[in-house]
Amino acid sequence: MVMWQTLMQRELQLLGRQKADWLNPLVFFLLVLSLFPLGIGPEPGMLKQIAPGLVWIAALLSVLLSAERLFKDDYRYGVIEQLVAGRQGLFSYVTAKICCHWLSTGVPLVLVSPLIAVLLGLDWQSWQVLVVTLLLGTPVLSLLSVLGAALTMAADKGGILQALIILPLYIPLLIFASGAMEAAATALPYAGQLAVLVAFLLFALALVPLAVRQALRMNVG
Amino acid sequence: MWGSMFRWLDPYAKPETLYHLCGRLLPYLMALAVFTLVLGNIWGLAFSPSDYQQGDSYRIIYIHVPSAIWSMGAYSSMAIAAFIGLVWQIRVAQWAVLAIAPIGAIYTVIALFTGAAWGKPMWGTWWVWDARLTSELVLLFLYLGVIALAGAFSEAARGIKVASLLAIVGVVNLPIIHYSVEWWNTLHQGATITKFAKPSIDPSMLWPLLISILGFALLLAALTCLRLRSQILIFEQHRPWVRQWVDSMAASRQKEQN
Repeated sequence: MVMWQTLMQRELQLLGRQKADWLNPLVFFLLVLSLFPLGIGPEPGMLKQIAPGLVWIAALLSVLLSAERLFKDDYRYGVIEQLVAGRQGLFSYVTAKICCHWLSTGVPLVLVSPLIAVLLGLDWQSWQVLVVTLLLGTPVLSLLSVLGAALTMAADKGGILQALIILPLYIPLLIFASGAMEAAATALPYAGQLAVLVAFLLFALALVPLAVRQALRMNVG
Repeated sequence: MWGSMFRWLDPYAKPETLYHLCGRLLPYLMALAVFTLVLGNIWGLAFSPSDYQQGDSYRIIYIHVPSAIWSMGAYSSMAIAAFIGLVWQIRVAQWAVLAIAPIGAIYTVIALFTGAAWGKPMWGTWWVWDARLTSELVLLFLYLGVIALAGAFSEAARGIKVASLLAIVGVVNLPIIHYSVEWWNTLHQGATITKFAKPSIDPSMLWPLLISILGFALLLAALTCLRLRSQILIFEQHRPWVRQWVDSMAASRQKEQN
């Protein structure tokens, strides 16, 4: 636990110093969202109809982008090698990394969601559902992105490869998160979709950190 | 108990033994595969009766269904090989992952292509965002991800290990993808043959279909043997047994020429 706190403190400190790491994905997210009305026309009815998919695709891409450099510096400076060799603390490191990634990419998306609601003309009810799906879904996005970053850490070609291996795994999340928002927009019950999102979250929380640890070991071993 | 049950498999973890085993199996598997494929497809394409609704265009089922079934079968065998390779650190199992992946990807492409060709006359469109089509497409992406990840490392052995991990993660995700897209949208017809219910297909059409399925399975096995052999040679090329084997092959060939 002490180990985890120390590592968490370190990660937060790094985030505080490298503001671009979490500001850029956020700006990217808003930029992508504002591209769509420009590309397909600004009719409010149409925007409202495609808003669920838009928001979630933009969220996927921005989280994915932010994960690309997640382990690069620690790998280059030998931090991960030390943690693997030390046989201790690697798991704490992984969980701290995931928590920080979510705090720096998922939480800002939730915080700017009122702005999204204004941009895309969502009503009060739809905005509430958007916040709930973001709160449930972005941790899963973070978990999977960290896994992708860990798998490709020592690879020669990083970026686009990570997108290629992780995007297929995002599909169920995209379907249920936008499904919940669509159901809410047409005043249908959406508790089922939210329950599935909770199930994804618990399942990913249980298994993904283990896979990340294994991936890190393989990349340095 | 488990230890003693699988003790007989132990010698095949040695690359040399496995190489020769694959070499011995390959001609039989290939001959059987060609035989069953020719039999099943000619029977199905030329001699089985045409469908009362779909006419002759249903006949693509004899390629579509076997390739779709074994695109998933190949993924599960790849994941099992990956699991064995990572848990027990058996290198030949890790190489098998790399051997199976492209074959599975091609099977998936065949299933998608024949599905599109079947969809055009039946549904009036090449592609619909239907549950089965979408999950088959995702399966193709998973295969491509495994292949791309394996090739992305300058140290090949490490790339295979990491790709094996991805294959295992993918198998966890596969049912989730399957059910999520199924609840999302469905137009594809239901399963034609299931284990538990009476098949919704006449025996005169079922038999060639079953033979074709067997043929695709045998072809998968034969191609896996072929590719695994070349993987073993690539990874073991500096070992003495490979040198000796190549030398003995060259010598016997020279003798034939003389």
